[in-house]
Amino acid sequence: MTATSSTPKLAVRSLNFYYGNFHALKNIHLDIPEKKVTAFIGPSGCGKSTLLRTFNRMYDLYPKLRAEGEILLNGENVLNSQTDLNMLRAKVGMVFQKPTPFPMSIYDNIAFGVKLYEKLSRAEMDDRVEWALQKAALWNEVKDKLRQSGLGLSGGQQQRLCIARAVAVKPEVLLLDEPTSALDPISTAHIEELVHELKQDYTIAMVTHNMQQAARVSDITAYMYLGELVEVGGTDQIFTKPARKETEDYITGKFG
Amino acid sequence: MNQSLYLRRRLINGFNLTMSTLTMLFGLFWLSWILFTLFSNGLSAINLDVFLHDTPAPDSEGGGLRNAIFGSLMMAAGGTAIGTPIGIMAGIYLAEYGQRGWLAPTARFINDILLSAPSIVIGLFVWIAYVQHVGHFSAWAGSFALALLVIPVVLRTTENMLRLVPHSMREAAYALGAPRWKVVTAVTLRASKAGVLTGILLAVSRISGETAPLLFTALNNQFFSADMNAPMANLPVVIFRFAMSPHDNWIKLAWAAALIVTLAVLALNIIARVLLKKDQA
Repeated sequence: MTATSSTPKLAVRSLNFYYGNFHALKNIHLDIPEKKVTAFIGPSGCGKSTLLRTFNRMYDLYPKLRAEGEILLNGENVLNSQTDLNMLRAKVGMVFQKPTPFPMSIYDNIAFGVKLYEKLSRAEMDDRVEWALQKAALWNEVKDKLRQSGLGLSGGQQQRLCIARAVAVKPEVLLLDEPTSALDPISTAHIEELVHELKQDYTIAMVTHNMQQAARVSDITAYMYLGELVEVGGTDQIFTKPARKETEDYITGKFG
Repeated sequence: MNQSLYLRRRLINGFNLTMSTLTMLFGLFWLSWILFTLFSNGLSAINLDVFLHDTPAPDSEGGGLRNAIFGSLMMAAGGTAIGTPIGIMAGIYLAEYGQRGWLAPTARFINDILLSAPSIVIGLFVWIAYVQHVGHFSAWAGSFALALLVIPVVLRTTENMLRLVPHSMREAAYALGAPRWKVVTAVTLRASKAGVLTGILLAVSRISGETAPLLFTALNNQFFSADMNAPMANLPVVIFRFAMSPHDNWIKLAWAAALIVTLAVLALNIIARVLLKKDQA
């Protein structure tokens, strides 16, 4: 079922996840290969966002949530209680559904994460901020107003700012949780191009409700339903000749 | 369309609108009467001397409120300086750290009691706990009593304002690997700074008119004193004593003091509103 043969960046083994008594993820096995885009599709409530949020242990913020099993990042289990969460999140960045710029300048938004891990000189930080904004295809639009508040940007720009902020830390894996669902089609196209660019350097896992988007930007697609991973495979294969009937029904719109 | 149903709805709507307008006017009537009395009596009593001279002896002419104004400013500043950091930090604890366990709900409950505690009780408490031990009234004791009034107000607004920060922003900061204290200081507190500042201003305006807690703590001083360890004059207690005296000059000064306090509170409230508006825009 796995798409590529090389050692995966992230390997999920026998993962079960619980919201209190509710069993949200059931025995997930999955490999996420390096420098590829893996898309998770499925109806609302199927657990795709939950799965994504186990990769950086976002669920740790809330009581009564727990994960069992293994998630191996470069072979090390991140679910281990000894895992340093801050270091994990430095390696596994995340961009959320709604743009979430911090209430500070565009420059400081980018520098915020970098300052947590690196001590850079002013010039180095300037370079890093420019680099990250270039990566997120936002530099040309904001280079003259770096000192202005990030809250003053448009929705699409804010989301690219958030991507730049995540990229600036130089993570290994980038998690995108429905990154374009709050954006208009033009901003969406920008972000999709960006994902295409970013996979040269990063391993990307994204959740999307838009199946065309999964088909356009991903290399591997995973279909989830009711907390189970129904099928995973190369995106071309999933969208043209899925192995399972359920997947075909969802993709063709008979269901979901 | 049922005509009689429509007519009935219109009548009820008209009745409700009339009643709520009348109650609003009723409330406003008393408020404007208070303000009118205050201005008509206070305005004529205010002149430059009020700010340059100290409170006069009974039955003497002239004099002013300099010592009382200074004392009120000192003790309000003292109470705010002591109460604000405690209130903000406790508010941060309740909003950001206290999700699990029993401590936060208990603290929140006690704070609610403190918030509505009669200020005379606070004054009595400081009198027993502090004034009795040091053996004399002092401006410090007044500041402590005012701080106890500042804490619950600041705590409550800080917690509420932090809770208004969207959870997604907090998650975004954690997702970058920021430790909790960094998330709080650099992101959530920053996002709610106008609201927190408003809370502080409202607390200051609340304490600037408090009389009861000062009666038991700072008492009063007929002379100018900058010694925080000695009794200090202050506007509310001066109003309390002068207004009930038989001396015309004192009564005039009490009106002036009342007007000064009211205008100060008004100014603080306006600043607080402007700050919040600016933040929302």
